Amino acid sequence: MKLRYIDEFRDPEVARRLLSEIKKISYKPVRLMEVCGTHTMNIGRYALRGLLPSHVQLISGPGCPVCVTATKEIDMMIKMAEEDVIIATFGDLMPVPGSHTNLNQQRANGADIRVVYSSFDALGFALKNPQKPVVFLGVGFETTAPTIAATIIEAKRRRVRKFFVFSAHKLIPPAMEGLISSPDLNIDGFICPGHVSVIIGLKPYKILVKRHKVPCVVTGFELLDILQGILMLIKQIEKGKARAEIQYRRAVKEEGNLRAKEVMEEVFFPCDANWRGLGLISKSGLCFKDDYKEFDVNSHFDIKVDKAIDPPGCRCGDVLKGKIIPPQCPLFAKACRPTHPIGPCMVSSEGSCAAYYKYRDWEIG
Amino acid sequence: MPLYPKSVKLEDTMCLGIPMKVVKVNLAKNVAKVDIGGTQQWIRLDIVNEVPKIGDYVIVHAGFALYRLDEKEAQETLSLFEEMLRDETPLH
Repeated sequence: MKLRYIDEFRDPEVARRLLSEIKKISYKPVRLMEVCGTHTMNIGRYALRGLLPSHVQLISGPGCPVCVTATKEIDMMIKMAEEDVIIATFGDLMPVPGSHTNLNQQRANGADIRVVYSSFDALGFALKNPQKPVVFLGVGFETTAPTIAATIIEAKRRRVRKFFVFSAHKLIPPAMEGLISSPDLNIDGFICPGHVSVIIGLKPYKILVKRHKVPCVVTGFELLDILQGILMLIKQIEKGKARAEIQYRRAVKEEGNLRAKEVMEEVFFPCDANWRGLGLISKSGLCFKDDYKEFDVNSHFDIKVDKAIDPPGCRCGDVLKGKIIPPQCPLFAKACRPTHPIGPCMVSSEGSCAAYYKYRDWEIG
Repeated sequence: MPLYPKSVKLEDTMCLGIPMKVVKVNLAKNVAKVDIGGTQQWIRLDIVNEVPKIGDYVIVHAGFALYRLDEKEAQETLSLFEEMLRDETPLH
């Protein structure tokens, strides 16, 4: 039968076998961190925390792009919307709180803010409205950055004049490096992000393994993928090994997607970036190369904002570092709920707090 | 000229990548039409590792094909799972 790439990787009988295998070989208490919002959601959806042995702890890291976007960047985007421009953005960004307001509120106040599915839609607005500047809010990891770079290259090819991108992109391996270096976190292994790795391949994790002796397994998103990824990590840990391996072989090759990397490197170069919770991380963001500077929003607009204020009491930053789990935040499920979110980890559909709330993980323990 | 023809747009969360089946390829425009459960949309082929053929599955993210899925590798993973099912030792 022809593969459909979904159902085959959700078979409950195989899941039972994988869980049984994990229970059989796992003795050491371990803390495994995932750094991808889709892993966060699916671990909750499949209730994996309740199914694994209690000494296997799964913690969420900085895997949600809008969550790790610094409050100052959000403030700048909100400020940008006050100009006479069309703002185009992915929907996730709309409700994320800045210091005082959010993009939803700006739209209610009359700003022209449009939610798009792809950065190419934003370029479409620029082609249709040559008089008005279009600003696309570029948020995302290595999965998203090449799509935006491809759009910018197309804009240059079509000589589009008033199309600009706010680059708040973030790179995952430098953040993992920062986390593994912090002494109070004790991460025993990384469940590495599947779709980021489709692009970047295995090499960045090999460097991480070499420097920090931490097992890394690039893992897919279906039930069996995640269980197999965890099994591969535990095998390494029980044997005292640290290697970079690929579980998600149908989509991730050692070298990654060379074409996407080329497109990304044509437009951007790695530069220092500020992350919510993690602070400034060297070479963890993407800035425009000189040949594409004309599309950088900062080369046309001087966006000035006051010092950012984070929501009082919100511990989203500590959640993103894996320092606490969401129920340990005093606001969680009390003042802060999906219907009335206070911090970005509860706002975004793939934020750790939203995932814990939705799947009631903290009640299972 | 539109960048790609209008069609149903799927709900998207940021890093979500969904395997979708290619039903049409238009190389002149650098686009392909993909199908998931009857919902179809046009996607860009600017960054995909290799141009997919009709019937191939690609991972789609934010309107772009990211990767043409490797059927051989997928089958290998699945046959490993099948082997586990044949294992008759009792479950722990």
